[in-house]
Amino acid sequence: MPPEQIKAIPVRHYGRWVAGAAVVAILVLIGIAFSNAKINYGIIPDYVKDGTILSGAWHTLYISVLAMVLGLVLGVILAVMRMSSNPVTSTVAWFYVWLFRGTPVLVQLLLWYNISLVFPVLNLGFYKNDMNAVMTPFLAALLGLGLNEAAYMSEIVRAGIQSVDEGQTEASHALGMTRSQTLRRVVLPQAMRMIVPPTGNEYINMLKTSSLAYVVQFSELMKRATDISSTSLAVAEMFFVASIWYLMLTSVFSVGQYYLERHYARGSTRNLPPTPLQRLRKNLRMFGSFRRPEVAR
Amino acid sequence: MSNLTKGIAPSTSGHPMVRAEGVHKSFGLAHILKGIDLEVNPREVFCLIGPSGSGKSTFLRCINHLEKISAGRLYVDGDLVGYRQKGDKLYELKETEVAAQRRDIGMVFQRFNLFPHMTALENVMEAPVQVKREAKAVARERAQRLLDRVGLGDRTGHYPAQLSGGQQQRVAIARALAMEPKLMLFDEPTSALDPELVGEVLDVMRDLAEDGMTMVVVTHEMGFAREVGDSLVFMDDGVVVESGHPREVLTNPQHERTKSFLSKVL
Repeated sequence: MPPEQIKAIPVRHYGRWVAGAAVVAILVLIGIAFSNAKINYGIIPDYVKDGTILSGAWHTLYISVLAMVLGLVLGVILAVMRMSSNPVTSTVAWFYVWLFRGTPVLVQLLLWYNISLVFPVLNLGFYKNDMNAVMTPFLAALLGLGLNEAAYMSEIVRAGIQSVDEGQTEASHALGMTRSQTLRRVVLPQAMRMIVPPTGNEYINMLKTSSLAYVVQFSELMKRATDISSTSLAVAEMFFVASIWYLMLTSVFSVGQYYLERHYARGSTRNLPPTPLQRLRKNLRMFGSFRRPEVAR
Repeated sequence: MSNLTKGIAPSTSGHPMVRAEGVHKSFGLAHILKGIDLEVNPREVFCLIGPSGSGKSTFLRCINHLEKISAGRLYVDGDLVGYRQKGDKLYELKETEVAAQRRDIGMVFQRFNLFPHMTALENVMEAPVQVKREAKAVARERAQRLLDRVGLGDRTGHYPAQLSGGQQQRVAIARALAMEPKLMLFDEPTSALDPELVGEVLDVMRDLAEDGMTMVVVTHEMGFAREVGDSLVFMDDGVVVESGHPREVLTNPQHERTKSFLSKVL
């Protein structure tokens, strides 16, 4: 004889209904305002798929990925330099962060683009060329965005490295591992757990900050959108088009970030929670094979 | 009995395995070690006991240069730890040279310090592959054998978080043994364990002692010290108060401080 199950009346949450109604009302008002605006919504879907916009979105994607990779690699190097016992390297790293974090990225982009004012000719010994020919909009955007990002990333990486238990370093030193082996094999993989979430944040920021690259004539999404709006006069419409693309890019990236975080969480919890996809599949299977158990009387 | 380690390298030189001469250690103003003199012979199980703060763990960490000594001399198998002596001048060893010295000295920590992002097997394989540049197949085979020996042959794919404290500590011992050390340091290896898990770790250490491994053990397990230990040192306030055969010291302490300490822990 199973014990009698409790069937109680749940607590009523009237506040939720009030809040929900208020939200709906506000959304309706905003919707009415937008629908009365002088915006030709009909042309937006076409422009989203427009070839010029598509290639702009592609440029935004790859400049932000490349700048982020540059920022990440340089950021790790700067973080390690900053924590080095060598006073010269740690001071250099500190100065780098101070300089690149302390000046606007817009200024940095323009400086790289106009670097020929300082170095008219690029001479690497084995390679010599006019600086204006070398410093393309792409390269200026990459350096401007990437080197700025490195300053932020180095602080994130440093925080991640410092979060790893000191016992880990001691254990690997006791095994005869050198400092660089310890960093590469033991500390960084564990620091990644701390590093990935804020780095994802940084990347989403980068996707949008890359729109500043229009000042160096790099034809990313925002530049393409404003170019079109200046000829077609569809100004607001193009803002919508660009926003739709930025939202799509950041959404896709968020999914990737979820799986990346999961990867670096291995070993930190006994059992990883299932991914949304696994959960969905499990639920579907349950519907197939089980009937709902009868409620005990 | 169990061949935990295959053919422990005998001390080639006839030196004591560890020799400390007037070792001092200060952290800032805190004077932790105040002149330690002792010798650990090859194949000996050497136990260090004493109240917390007596400096026994610090001394242990000096043996593999995790801590730099402030004065005195410390030798492992005849070699000065962390320094090179030319004439009457001492030169600090380079980082890679210190790492090379540590290869031959295994260490087991109170809090295990397993690498949490690696499985038990990967933990044991890591140092031979990275430090000795050993082929992965060879390292894996040895790691499997060592985990079998410590009774965890069926846990090789588990991450540390999926193992109990006693199991983690046994993996940690296997990890240290994978480097085929000539000396093993144990820093309170059972202090972080539930009482019921202490036995399984002590059993592994007992096997290791029977195989002839030289061991320096900082411990609060007086039973282990009495049964397995060959020498015992009681430390208090940074000095060696009393030393001798474990049974002698534990049953018939000569010094007042030893007596009062033992009356509290036995």
